[in-house]
Amino acid sequence: MIEIVAVLAFAVTMSAMLTWVERRLLGLWQDRYGPNRVGPFGMLQPVADMIKILTKEDWVPPFADRAVFVLAPAVAVAASLLSFAIVPFAPGIGIADLNIGVLFFLAMSSLGIYSVLLGGWASNSKYSLIGSLRASAQMLSYEVFMGLSLVGVVAMAGTFNLREIVEAQRKLWFVVPQFLGFVIFTIAGIAETRRLPFDLPEAEAELVAGFHTEYSGMKFGMFFVGEYAGMTLISAMIVTLFFGGWLGPWLPPIAWFLIKLFAFLGFFILLRATLPRLRYDQLMAFGWKVMLPLALANVVVTGGVLLAARGL
Amino acid sequence: MISILRSLWGVFLHAFRRRVTHRYPDEPMPLPPRWRGRIVLTRDPDGGERCVACYLCAVACPVHCIALQATEDASGRRFPEWFRINFSRCIFCGYCEEACPTYAIQLTPDFEMSECERKNLVYEKEDLLIAGMGKVPGYHYYRVAGVAIEGKGKGEAENERPPVDVRGLLP
Repeated sequence: MIEIVAVLAFAVTMSAMLTWVERRLLGLWQDRYGPNRVGPFGMLQPVADMIKILTKEDWVPPFADRAVFVLAPAVAVAASLLSFAIVPFAPGIGIADLNIGVLFFLAMSSLGIYSVLLGGWASNSKYSLIGSLRASAQMLSYEVFMGLSLVGVVAMAGTFNLREIVEAQRKLWFVVPQFLGFVIFTIAGIAETRRLPFDLPEAEAELVAGFHTEYSGMKFGMFFVGEYAGMTLISAMIVTLFFGGWLGPWLPPIAWFLIKLFAFLGFFILLRATLPRLRYDQLMAFGWKVMLPLALANVVVTGGVLLAARGL
Repeated sequence: MISILRSLWGVFLHAFRRRVTHRYPDEPMPLPPRWRGRIVLTRDPDGGERCVACYLCAVACPVHCIALQATEDASGRRFPEWFRINFSRCIFCGYCEEACPTYAIQLTPDFEMSECERKNLVYEKEDLLIAGMGKVPGYHYYRVAGVAIEGKGKGEAENERPPVDVRGLLP
């Protein structure tokens, strides 16, 4: 019970603080400061934002489908937070020790599509609809090889259990033999969380704000909590699946996990600071014509090598 | 692919660059001494007002934000009875400073004069007068000018020759 509360608090706090971390890091990489007025180094900025967003008028447009409109942001947060149940933070720290952890993670990240799709649909506005259509098409296509990229890891570890996958990396992190899988999973993960350069569903420049154009107040905030929680989750999964989770010398396991986690969060933000948004057809062509064949080839080669090793 | 990695690295290196932001209210802005900011009325070395209420500044002002009323004291020195600058109109062009024959009105490197109410931007003479001499130290108009005041007659100013006796000149 305590663990559930702790993990929940960790996930929500992380997603709140990430808004600040992201703005500060973007500022750092753009030779400016970012929010530095509220509290030391602006660390209380998320608190100020929270107060602002909670006291704002919570407006549901009259043309919207009210029930679904309210449900969509809840789905966004719930799907992200549920996945944290299977994240193995350290030995003994973590909520559930599912023997199908990888599958549970993939299922929950697929559920996240519903929030975007329903939110855009229920808003009953053109921008929202286009945004949500893009989002669902993008997430469906990138889901395909996101699952495929993990097949190599699962085959090498011989289990779907995330803790056993981490233990299987004691000799060698899976990023070395499964480098291609790591690259594909990272790209798919960025697309899954709708981060730049794959933020077409939101695309401020063309779609106002994409699927959450009509949202305001805390409902709008929920989408962001969901997005940042998803970002934390993807980083946690990369660390768990490819970078040996909590494994590491000298420091306690949880410290290693957090260090790796923050390194990848920083990398995600660096990607945002660097790369411009893809065009929509480029996104689709890249997904289906490049990443999917690569993922399939990775599966074939990994499987072949494993079979050959077993045969010898 | 290589170019993406290279630009990622390039952006990452920006973490070690100097930030271009000037944190203004925390670090004061370095302003050049001739910056055209808040307008002041200066005093001469003796502490008297330099302004002789000639109205040239009010005339030169393109937006007519300067208003004053001339008067004269017992010693014969002209000075403004009241002097008013409406800073909500002022465009800080510095024409008043150029027009001033006595270096009385001067622009200073200070722009932090925001007010919540517009009427608070109307500065009266006591708001404008400063204790010092501003950008022209040592200048005393009545010491170098030929105008006669109490205690200094015609021809007694610095570098001034005694007045010519027009009746004494022979044709």
